Parts: sequence; structure tokens; C-alpha cells
Amino acid sequence: MSKDSLAQPADVLRPRHVGAPIKRTEDPRLLTGNGEYTADRKPDRPLHIAFRRSEQPHARIVRIDTAAAQTAPGVVAVLTAEDVADDFKPVIPFSRMANYYATPTLPLASGKVRYVGEAIVAVIATSRYLAEDAVELIEIEFEPLGAVSRSETAVAVDAPLLHEEAGTNVLIAREFRKGDVEADLKGAAVRVGGRFEMTRKAPLAMEPRSYTAEYDARRGAITLYTSSNIPGIVRDAISESLGLPGSRLRVVAPDVGGSFGSKGSLYPEELLICIAARKLGRSLKWTADRLEDVSSSSQAFAEIVDAEMGFDANGIAIALQADVLGDVGAYSIYPWTCGLEPVQVVSFLPGPYKIRSYRGAVRGVATCKPPTGPYRGVGRPISTFVTERLMDLGAKALGLDPIEIRRRNLVRAGEFPYRIASGIIWDKTGFVECLDAAGEAAGYEKLRVRQAEARKDGRLFGIGIASYAELTGIGSRIAVAPGMPINTGSETAKISIDSTGAITAAFGVASHGQGLETTLAQIIADDLGASFEDIRVIQGDSDAVPMSTGTYASRSAVLGGGAAKRASALLRDKIKRVASYLLEANHDDIELSGGKATVIGTDRAVTFRQVAKAVYSDMKTLPAEAREELSASYTYDPINGTTAAATHIVAVEVDPATCFVKIHKYVVAEDCGQIINPMIVDGQVHGGVAQGIGAALFEELVYDEDAQLLSASLVDYMIPSAPDIPDMDVVHIESQSAVAGGFRGMGEGGTIGAPAAIANAIADALSPYDIDVNLLPMNPQRIFGLIEQAKLKAKENPK
Amino acid sequence: MTINVSVMVNGTRHDVSDVEPRLLLSDFLRDTLGLTGTHVGCEHGVCGACTVLMDGHSIRSCLTLAVQAAGAEITTVEGLGTPEALNVLQTQFREHHGLQCGFCTPGMLMTGEDLLRNYPLATDEEIREGLSGNLCRCTGYQNIVAAIRSAAALRRENV
Repeated sequence: MSKDSLAQPADVLRPRHVGAPIKRTEDPRLLTGNGEYTADRKPDRPLHIAFRRSEQPHARIVRIDTAAAQTAPGVVAVLTAEDVADDFKPVIPFSRMANYYATPTLPLASGKVRYVGEAIVAVIATSRYLAEDAVELIEIEFEPLGAVSRSETAVAVDAPLLHEEAGTNVLIAREFRKGDVEADLKGAAVRVGGRFEMTRKAPLAMEPRSYTAEYDARRGAITLYTSSNIPGIVRDAISESLGLPGSRLRVVAPDVGGSFGSKGSLYPEELLICIAARKLGRSLKWTADRLEDVSSSSQAFAEIVDAEMGFDANGIAIALQADVLGDVGAYSIYPWTCGLEPVQVVSFLPGPYKIRSYRGAVRGVATCKPPTGPYRGVGRPISTFVTERLMDLGAKALGLDPIEIRRRNLVRAGEFPYRIASGIIWDKTGFVECLDAAGEAAGYEKLRVRQAEARKDGRLFGIGIASYAELTGIGSRIAVAPGMPINTGSETAKISIDSTGAITAAFGVASHGQGLETTLAQIIADDLGASFEDIRVIQGDSDAVPMSTGTYASRSAVLGGGAAKRASALLRDKIKRVASYLLEANHDDIELSGGKATVIGTDRAVTFRQVAKAVYSDMKTLPAEAREELSASYTYDPINGTTAAATHIVAVEVDPATCFVKIHKYVVAEDCGQIINPMIVDGQVHGGVAQGIGAALFEELVYDEDAQLLSASLVDYMIPSAPDIPDMDVVHIESQSAVAGGFRGMGEGGTIGAPAAIANAIADALSPYDIDVNLLPMNPQRIFGLIEQAKLKAKENPK
Repeated sequence: MTINVSVMVNGTRHDVSDVEPRLLLSDFLRDTLGLTGTHVGCEHGVCGACTVLMDGHSIRSCLTLAVQAAGAEITTVEGLGTPEALNVLQTQFREHHGLQCGFCTPGMLMTGEDLLRNYPLATDEEIREGLSGNLCRCTGYQNIVAAIRSAAALRRENV
């Protein structure tokens, strides 16, 4: 029921594949059980790993007794940190950021443990069942060092230190300033503010993390199959850590069952499985069970934000200040660092708005929890939640409609490129266009009428709006994570035609559900003039191209797509050169389309297969110097990256008896530039919004005062199921970006807009009680508590 | 102790002589028979990725022991269509973009097959309720619901 009103660029002839809802290449295998996920690999006589993990949040490891485990049935080896100490170098998540402490990544806890779920001992046995049996026989003596469970207590002077060498639990601190925020706030006609909190989340891909290390004794080589979206980064890190050159270490991400960020960092288990495979000379398998996945995969968000915004009498936001306290967990994650999530909050707080002065300060503090890492949206679900709440509070104080206050403050068409107060530069994007399109698609005026009627009946009906912008497809000018020394600014495409005429396109990006095999082939089909069905896309394999990092930060359509376009252009030229020889025609008179080279305006044509045959298999047709290999490679760097934007509008109703939130309507108007495949774009929006709804209404990793995880199963950590999610309307504003192809990244946006829009809608629904919504998730028990408090307050202070 | 298990899977009879009583049906299908189309997402019966049909009814293979399947007829995702000839429900999943990463998909399909056989599926509410025991983190369910709605309509036309 998605309503796609595509704004067509009027005088541009639409290419044949890009822009079309082409059915996915991936589907036939995935629909029939013929996909191959990491756990499906069947190496020769593999051994299986099970981990003994910490039940202590923070403790010195006094003694580990593995004697009974070592003699248990089927056990081949039992490894502790001591046993592997000489087999690797620690991996350091380096950054040039000031006030940052880089904690080393180790394969197993050494000396002490810092969160419940941290791996301490690896048991390797002939089956997973036997390995788990043996884990039960391991005895560990701990000396507790005191749990640090909350970010507020982690910064107390007497808090136990997780990393004594750091001298503090504050692992990262940073401040952005522009203009005189204090003076502007003092001079503001209206000031609004509050303390906002986004609790800890689990990205929770349906496929748990999984690794298979396949050992090749002939070359002393390892192929690591990993459920990762950054196989290139994992390869480089393990290569460095183990002293194993890339020629003997290949890292492959086969079919990957979702990531959302949780598979986008290097994990201790990836190091351990390679170390053990090398030590034992055997192939090894490990797949997390759900408890392990929830309690040891990277977690997300977890910030408290004290923020204030000042408006002038016309509703123009003139000043914003915020102090962000991020609960980053026990370690700084590789390669993104613990700065990624909380620093991004202060980088994006000004959002798509022209706010004159700004101060954003952030501290990321260590607690006894798994490290936070990337999760769909990174920082911006929180920054958008805070800024959009402040916009609504400002609108309320000034008596303005929420749409009107946004319209007055958004960067407008003539004002791009625009540098917001935190320094981020927005290139030309349809901010106001998205706001207007969402309002129209939602029937905003009618919704307000419906709300007034509902109010008369005493129903709690609310409408919420959120506008945001994000930076996508980031090039080399800035690192994806602040100060990080890894090249996240370029991607390579290598396209070849073999002697049979088949086309293979290799990339460094690594799809984990986005359908890149389809979308990248669509681009190549158009730009090379090839037949879509003839193109095989290889990705997620460190051997496919010389350098790669992977798929993250909404980059693969922009960087992979740009590389595909440029490499296609180079190969196109080569094909034309051969074709012009074969067809005895001028190079410029030849056009390539559907896998054929044709002399324009004639029926004289050769197929790519004939071209390939002439080049590779035929000694007579072409002179030796014209038999040039039909392959081309291009490494594309968009330098700056490009903006993507959207407005979400949602209508909700709160049931006063159960305090459940029912979503009546959900509309997204988004600008992702030139759309490659509208079906896939809609799917990304739907999925992103569903995760945002989960973050807003249900999902919360609850740690108690002893830093024990209370919500480690899917019964306790509730992600949305089918009845919880409404049908959504998605409207596209296709304003072409300046990068190759005019694409913008769009995989994360849904999760950025939804929490803010829902928070605003619930606040609007509860406005008869004068309730602020400043903490997510707004689950029924929280709503009940807020309503009860408001009733009590009203009784104590009758108007 | 091991037990003999004789079971029909996707129309083929398997006689396995050394099954440990504690072996899960999901592990039996994946590791013993090599049918890795059935996925394991939680091992506590919540996510539904491991759903298979046992004697025509959808069950969680992660909450079933292999020995409990002795004498039964099991259908897994491999028993539906092939890449070249998808069945009706698989085709509708592809048409409506009802899958992204594909990990929950086998469970969705097997639950969908059960729903299509046993319920009228006249409304989206009914379809969503029927899918409430299968978690998907990619699609937001909208296109899965559309695929099942469409398969149900096709089935009604063909009755």
C-alpha cells in the first residue's frame, strides 16, 4: 500500500534499469533454502567452539581451573588468555581525537573481566554439544571489583575504574562551539529544554553472529567466513594482529542475515577463532546462541542529554546547547571507537535547521556492559529525538503549529550548501520539500480535525512530526568515525568479461540484506550496456578487490554505485574499441545496449560474447595489440559525501486503560536522490521505521545496579512483531545529488526519524495531561506512571 | 545412548541410527541431514526462523527433539519450490519484496504455508496475527503481509 509519487526529472531520459523495481537476484536462492550463511558452511571435519563467559560485571580473574574440561569427552583443546598470549598483537581502536583513551581488543579476557558475557575461556570439541558440556566443568575464581552500572555513577570520583591505566572512566570527551550561545539564550524570547534519555538497545539481527575459520594446511592459510558487514576491515585487522599476510588470510562475508551495525565491528571471537585454527591446524566453527548474541554483540545508543533551545519571538531557533553523557560500555570498539555513537549525537543535534549559535559537549564513559557500536542511524536517532522534541516544545510555547515552526527553521532551497552550527555541511537536498510532501500525504489538516473530534470523545489521539538530515556516502574528506585512520572514503569496482562473455563485477562492499547484488547490477547493466541477467556481482570477499572496507554508514549505493559507473565507462570504451574493429565502424558510431555493440542506425551488431571470443579465443581476427583484456577497475571517492533527508508524520492513540500505543497512520517523505530500485528503497524505509518504532515503544536492554542484564532473551527484549507495525506510506522526493549517479544513501533514515516522530505524537496525545515525553522507549508502564503522576499533580494543585 | 530415528523429510525417507536423545530437530535437519535452509535464530522458540511443518502443522524445530520426529513427515523450506520453479508463496514473496537478508524467510514461508492451508486470511489483521510468532528485523513486515495476502487471493481464485 505504499504510495510512490516519483518526482520525475523532466528532460532526463530514464535509463532502463536504474529506477526500475527489478526483482532481486538474491531471492531465488534465499527463498528455497539455497542461501549460504556462515553457519551453513561445511568444512572438512570441523571442530566447534563454546565459550565460558563471565557472570561477573567487574572482577579480577584469580584462578581458572580447566582440568576437568580438558579431559571431557570430545574436547580437543581448552584455551585461556594465557594460552594464546604469544599468538597475537592486541588490536587498538586508534583515533586522533584528543581526550580519548583507546582500549585494546583481545581475543579472551586477560587479568580481569569488565562485563557480564565477556568471553574468558574457549573450549574446542568435536561437537557443539560436547563443547558446551565441557564449559560447565570450568571453575573460575573471581575477586569482585565493584560494578559500574550507570553512566552517572561511572563519573563519580569514587567510582571503580574499568581501565586503571586510563585514570578515569571518561574514555572520550569533546565539545563543539559556535557563536555566543549563552548570550543568545539570554536574549531569546522563549527558552525550552529538558533532560532526554534514549536507553540502551540491541541491533538484534535475526542471524546471530557466526564465524567459520577454514584451515588450509597446504599453505598455512585461513579463510574466515564471517557474518560481518566489514570483511575488509576484519581482514586487515586480523592480518596485522596475527602477522598473517593477506595472501594467507581471506575474509568472506557470505549471505549475512542482517547486521544493522551489530556485525560492523571486529569481535574478540573473530580473533580467537583464527588464532585457534592456526594453533590447531584445524577448521573451526562458532555461532552465538541468542543469549551470547544479546549479551556480547555491540549495543547501541544509551545517552542522557541535557539540552536547551532558544527561539526569538518569530519562532526562529537562535541558540542550542546540550550536554551529552554516553554510556559506551566496557571497551572502545574497533575500528569505530567509543566516540562514534555519542560524538555523532553532538555533531548532528542542530539537524536540518539554521541555528545561529551552538554548544554541544559530550562525554563517553565506561560502564560494565558490552561496548556500544554502530546501530542503524548512529547518534542521529537521539539527536533527532532531542531536537525535534525541542522544536515541538518551542512551537507549544509560541503557539505555533509544529509544521510551521519547522518550515521557519529548515534550510531552504537557495541556501545550500549550508554549514550547520556543528560544522556539518548539507549539500542541496529537499528539506522543505520533504516537510510539505509528508504533510500532504498524511492529510495533516484532516488529521488535526480528526484529533479535535477524538479529544471531544476523551480519546488520547496525537500527531507527531520529525524532520532530519543525515550525511551519507561519506568520501575521504572526513572519516566516518572521528579521527579514525582507516580509509572509509573510497570503494573499488572491478568488472571483467571472460572468454565466454560472462560479466563478473567485484566489489569491496558487503550486503547484509540490502540487495546490492541487484542494485549494483542495475547500474552496470545501464552504464555498460550489458544484459542484467549476464552480470554476476561478487561482494563481501577480501580477495575480490585489492582493498575494501564494507557496507556501513549508508555508503554502498553512493561509493559502490559510483565505482560501478566509472569502471563501467572504462570497460565500455574497451568493448567499443574491439567492436569498432570487428564492425569496421567508427568508435563514436557504436552504441552498447543489452549485451550487444551496434553501429548506430544500422542492424550491424556483435554480441559481447563475440567481442570476448575475438579478444581471448581467436588468434586471427584482431591484431595482437588490440587483444586487450576486457576488464576495468576503478576506485571511487565522492570526497564530501551527500545529504539525505526526510520528514516523518505519525498519528497515534494511547489507550487510557492499557496505556498501549496504537499507530493509526505513518507517512515518510524522503529524499534519497536518484532511486536505483524503488522496491528496495521502500523496503529499507519500512524496515528502518519498524526499528525506530521498536526503539520508541518497546526495546530496552535493562541492566540492574549490579550490571546484570535482565532482558537477554527475545521474550524480555521485545522487538516489534507483525501486529505492532502499521502499513506505511512512503513518498519520494528525488532531487539528484552531486555524486556520481545522483544517488544518496538511504538505509538508515527510517530509524532516525521514527523515535522522534513517535515521541512527539505521544506527547501530543497526552497533552491534556501536560505530559512531557523525554525518555524512550515509552512503554505502557512508563505511560501509566506519567499519567498517574499527572493526575496526582492535578489533584494537589487544582486549577 | 543413541536412538534410531526414521523420518520422512521432504518426501525422502531417512533412517539414522545414532541419534542422541538430546539432539534438537533443528540441528538434526541442518547438521545430520545437511538441510541448512532451516535457520536457527534464538533456540528458545520466540523468533520462528526454525519453523518447519511436522505432519502438516508448523512447529519450532528448535523446541523439538529429533527423536520426537520419529515416524513423522517433515517439510522444510527445501521441500517447497526450487530456484527455477518457485512455488506460489515463494513467488509472491519475490514479487512483493517480502525478504531482505533472507534469514527469517524460511520460517516465514513455512508459517505462511500453514496459514494458507488452515485459515481464510480474509483481513490483514488476521495475516499479521498469524505471523506474530515469526520475527523479521529487515522488512517491517509490510511486504511479507502483502505477499501472503496475494498468495491467499490466488488460492481463492484457484479453488
